[in-house]
Amino acid sequence: MGPNRTYLLIAPAMLVIGIFMVLPLFLAVAYSFMTANPYGGVTAPATFDAYLQFLYQRDFDDSLVFSPSYALIILRSIYLAIATTGICLVLGLPVAWYIVCQTPERRRVLLFAVTLPFWINTLIRTYCWILILRDEGLANGALRHAGIISDPLPLLYNDGSILLGLVYTFLPFMVLPIYSTLERIDPRLIEAAHDLYASRAAVFRRIVWPLARPGALAGATLVFAPALGSFLAPDLLGGGKKLLIGSLIQMQFTSSRNWPFGAALSTVVTVVVLTVFVIRSRKAQEERR
Amino acid sequence: MTSAKPFDWRHTPGLSAYTALIFLFFYAPLLILVIYAFNSSRLVTVWAGFSFKWFVAVANNGAIRDAAFNSIIIAIVATIASTAIATAGALALERGRLRFGRSAATALIAMPLVVPEIVVAITTLIFFSGLGMHHGLINLMIAHTVFCIPFALLPIQARLRDMGGTLEEAGRDLYADEWRLFRRVTLPLLVPAISAGAIMAFVVSLDDFLISMMVSSAGSTTLPVYIYGMMRLGVTPEVNAISTILLAVSIVFVAAALLVGRRNKFA
Repeated sequence: MGPNRTYLLIAPAMLVIGIFMVLPLFLAVAYSFMTANPYGGVTAPATFDAYLQFLYQRDFDDSLVFSPSYALIILRSIYLAIATTGICLVLGLPVAWYIVCQTPERRRVLLFAVTLPFWINTLIRTYCWILILRDEGLANGALRHAGIISDPLPLLYNDGSILLGLVYTFLPFMVLPIYSTLERIDPRLIEAAHDLYASRAAVFRRIVWPLARPGALAGATLVFAPALGSFLAPDLLGGGKKLLIGSLIQMQFTSSRNWPFGAALSTVVTVVVLTVFVIRSRKAQEERR
Repeated sequence: MTSAKPFDWRHTPGLSAYTALIFLFFYAPLLILVIYAFNSSRLVTVWAGFSFKWFVAVANNGAIRDAAFNSIIIAIVATIASTAIATAGALALERGRLRFGRSAATALIAMPLVVPEIVVAITTLIFFSGLGMHHGLINLMIAHTVFCIPFALLPIQARLRDMGGTLEEAGRDLYADEWRLFRRVTLPLLVPAISAGAIMAFVVSLDDFLISMMVSSAGSTTLPVYIYGMMRLGVTPEVNAISTILLAVSIVFVAAALLVGRRNKFA
């Protein structure tokens, strides 16, 4: 295939994604420096107000007052995304190792079972936890039935339920990359280590973990990025009271009608996520060397 | 570990029980949803016998039917467009000579997978409103096509890489021109992967919620957006029933993609 035809074939993909996805990202950056139109959209003049809003609030007399509530939401989102990543790593690594140890036939079935949740609607997967956690839900019902509690426990609408929803949503993203690096492990390494009297813990620490690390790194990026911008877990399981960046951004384009602030928040999320991905690919290249 | 048993690194004590727990964590909530959907009681958590009546109620709900119709139309258009674009793109990446711009093209095509959904949702909204495009369904079809491209592309690209270039070279040795080579050799070998990619794109489009919610307007509500609206009003048996239907559709389609994609392994 000649170069001309090659570029002709790749052009539609690049044009469609370039125009309808990358260009809007830059447009959002431009919008973040505009003034909010109370009816939605933006107007002149250009300002830094949207970014000032992260730390300050404009008082009635137009003076800036320090108000960290939005900064706290951003920090809480980062904290929950990191916690989600850590929990997914701890939960997912043993599962990936278990799958690697199975026969090829069983591996295929287990891999399908890990992948399937990814293709199931996140809205529905998140909603299932409302059925379990709400006051009249399955968990409280079972506890009441067992006579452990008389009043329902507040299982829903807190950081714990949001974290649970995030882990539930993104755990497959951690298992799969770790599996794909561990799959290439040479069994002779482990047998040699055992012959040299290495304990199970030593085999894990000295052989399995170093080999799993690139996969864990890839999994960590794949979990962290969408967890940081997640909307459904904080909205449905946090009850909209416990905001995260994702739900805060969405609010700016619906009820709050502050498009510049929403655009500024989303610009920050994009920059953080792209930075994480760039660092990861740099590190992956280093490890390959 | 006793000395009677030889060392077996493939077996770690307790690990199978642990993995079973994780799979229970994955699937028990979905199973609970399905069970509740067949509960005849309006009080969701009180079991009052098996019943299909909530599925009947869903089928008779005009608003749900309209939303489902919108979703299917959008998914069909987005699937055809994204699969065509992705097939061309995969051929260029795997068989073409990209002297420069290969890494840029790969990065660009991965963008919809990398950028968080909420960002895609609001930037697309800004873009359409900035252009003054208020076309409801058409806006949604465009938005869905964009994020379906990488999902359609991945299986096709993997297949092209797996099958290597030997059969195509054989065709070239027999003086097939580029078009005949594509029609008679490459395309037939790619059909399973293209079908798998198309099914994946269809599922991703049908399931999309966040981008659809921000881009859709009155009259272009999709099924997940409508279901979200129902969920906001509270837990009802109707929500359980329609969610179960959508769940079943996703599982059937993904299983189909897997079976189709696995066919034709000889090359």
